[in-house]
Order: sequence, then structure tokens, then C-alpha cells
Amino acid sequence: MAKLGQTPSQTVGPFFFFGLCVLPAANELVTPDVKDAIVISGRVLDGAGEPLPDAMVEIWQADAEGVYRDNFGWARSGTSADGEFSFVTVKPGRVPGPEETLQAPHLTVLVFARGMLKAAQTRMYFSDEAEANAEDPVLNGIEDERARASLIAGHAENGFRFDIHLQGDRQTAFFAI
Amino acid sequence: MKKLEQITDDAYSVDHPLYDSPEYRSTALRSPKKPLLILPHTLSELSGPAFGEDDVAELDSDLTRQHEGEPLGERIIVTGQVLDSLGKPVRNSLIEIWQANAAGRYVHKVDQHPAPLDPNFTGAGRCLTDAEGRYRFVTVKPGAYPWRNHPNAWRPAHIHLSIFGRAFTERLVTQMYFPGDPLFPADPIFNSVRDPKARERMISTFDWETTTPEWALGYRFDIVLGGPGATPLEEPHG
Ligand SMILES: [Fe+3]
Repeated sequence: MAKLGQTPSQTVGPFFFFGLCVLPAANELVTPDVKDAIVISGRVLDGAGEPLPDAMVEIWQADAEGVYRDNFGWARSGTSADGEFSFVTVKPGRVPGPEETLQAPHLTVLVFARGMLKAAQTRMYFSDEAEANAEDPVLNGIEDERARASLIAGHAENGFRFDIHLQGDRQTAFFAI
Repeated sequence: MKKLEQITDDAYSVDHPLYDSPEYRSTALRSPKKPLLILPHTLSELSGPAFGEDDVAELDSDLTRQHEGEPLGERIIVTGQVLDSLGKPVRNSLIEIWQANAAGRYVHKVDQHPAPLDPNFTGAGRCLTDAEGRYRFVTVKPGAYPWRNHPNAWRPAHIHLSIFGRAFTERLVTQMYFPGDPLFPADPIFNSVRDPKARERMISTFDWETTTPEWALGYRFDIVLGGPGATPLEEPHG
């Protein structure tokens, strides 16, 4: 069967906040008082190293047991004036990968912004999962050491820190599907 | 371990704009330049959030009834079907829209265009697709507005749409345009889509069947999602 042509992507533009970022607590998968709650924060940076005040980050993840659920796992954070995004969530469990492998805990991450005509897709892994990361089929499929390291969030107070570099020597590894 | 294959943006984004689209100046510092790594299709790529009736309220899809009075402008109905790349309807898909008012002004503190705000119009809406993948919004036709990309730059009238497909990786944000807009040839965002046939897919069609006598003009806008089912790479990664 012939495949239909896709509807092309277009930028979210500069004015998406009132349309996409008004739902209360859209960046919280759990409330901060939940045991095991972690904060994931970071910035989206351009090729000059400047944080973007008009970007939006979305995450999709499995629950703590490694199960993708219908009604849990998606969250959204617009960046603030100083370019920060943040999420409150729990660390996902491990989910199956290709050919009987087990993936390390990770989030799927999409970045939208003015000046981006389509979303950039990446993954965030956790720096305190060295053993699981060493077995991860995606991380191990990346030869470039810096590109691999760009996907691993560092430890921070209450959670993890994940800066996303859109461009330059430190560019985050982005994916096609 | 198998190395992930790479693909250039140019080869990957047949129907979509390139990140690096110099005519749209803001892409200069915000476009990833390294080749994309091709992910295997695991559960992470094939799953996505589900939405339901609890996520939308009835008035969310009628942007003309969210305030005390009626907004100024030309009342329109925008409707269409969300399909996957095989033409199957995508049901229970969350669609969010946002737009300028009839004068071309957004309810956003950064919008400096000296056109009036409308106290009866916010310009944001959401709805779920039904069992046939259909959606419907009532709104007013947005005005064109100026921007600073180049001298005398104007965006053609458009409605921004955000769509969740069945998988998170199917997610699409796009803009719907109106037929016959004289601003198309000069708009770098519209023309960032390189294939003219793909550009046409962003233009709604005026539709008599949707047009309601004595009340509102109708526009039809069907949306085809890509995602993991749409690439020729689906099998070998198992
Ligand atoms: Fe706009």
C-alpha cells in the first residue's frame, strides 16, 4: 500500500506558551513529596552557548517498574526567562531493547523552540547507573565518546542535571527513528 | 554491539524542513549540525501517552465561547482527520491549537505588534480526535502579522497545531495555512519545506460541506503523521 505524504513539521514559533504551557503541573509526573521523587532540570543552549528562554521540553518514560503506561510517563516544561526547564518524576525502570537486551533507565526527550522547524529527539540516561548504561544497546551503539556522554545526566541536588546543546562541539546526540 | 547507523538531516527529512534553513534566521544558532543517529524501534519509540475525555472540556474546542462576549473577526470551523502514513485514522489523539486574533495579535507579552488585543479572544484550544480520527474547532480566522526576520516580513495567516499520535515519536507540531494567501512566496517558514507537494499539505481547503449557513465558513485540514511506522527502516531492528 502506498504511503501517504506526511504533513510537514513547522516551528512552534515564539508565542506557544499561552497555548501549550498553561496546564498546572504539566512538568510533574509525581508530586515533589512522593518518596523517590527526583528533579530533572537543565537548560537548552544554542550554538553560542546561550540558554533559550523560548523552548519547550517534553519527556516520555516508563514507570519505576519499567512499564510504559497509558496514563503515566509524559510531561512538558517550557523554559523560563533564564532558560531553565525542570521535571519532577521518578527514575524509570529498565525496559527491553532489541535482541533480548535490556535498556538502561532512560527518558525519551523532545525539544521544541522558536528557530527549530522540527523537534529534536534525544534520550536522557542517568549517571548513577554505570552498570546498566554499560549494557545499553543504544549507548553502546554510539562510537563517539562525547556524543555518548552527551546523553548522560549528571547528579544534582534532589536529582539530575541535563543540559541540551543544540549545536557546536558539545552538541547533544540527536536521533532519527 | 551493533553501531547505530547515521543519516544526514537532508536524507532523513524528505517531507519536513531541515533544521538548518538559513532564510529563517533564527535557525542559525539553533539547528543541530551533526548527522542523526538512527534508533532501533524499541518500546520507548513505539509507545506514547494516551489521552481521554478527562483531558479536554467541551468549551476547549470552541475558541469563540471562552469569554463573556464573542470575539471580533470572521467565524470559522476547522475540521479534518488525523491519519497515520498508511491512511488509518488515529483516534483519541490530543490536538492543541494556538493562534493570533483576527487583527494578527497574540495574547503573549512578547508580541509587540501594534494591533489590538481582543478581550473576548485568547486563541488557545484543545480537543481529542474521535473514533474516525476526526477533530473540529470553532474559532475566528487569524490575521497575518509582521515579524523581524527580514525587511517587511509578514507571516501568512496560520493556526499552530500540536498533535500526539499513537507513539511519542509520531508527535507533530505544524502550522495550518489558508488557501490562496499572497504571502506564501515570501514566507521562509512556509518555504522551509522544500518539496512543493509537501508544502501544499499545510494549506487547508475551503469546504462547502463544513460551511454552516448564516453562521461560519468551513476549512478542512487533514493531518498525516509519520513516526516509526512511516520510515523504511522499520523491520531490520526487530
Ligand atoms: Fe504564529
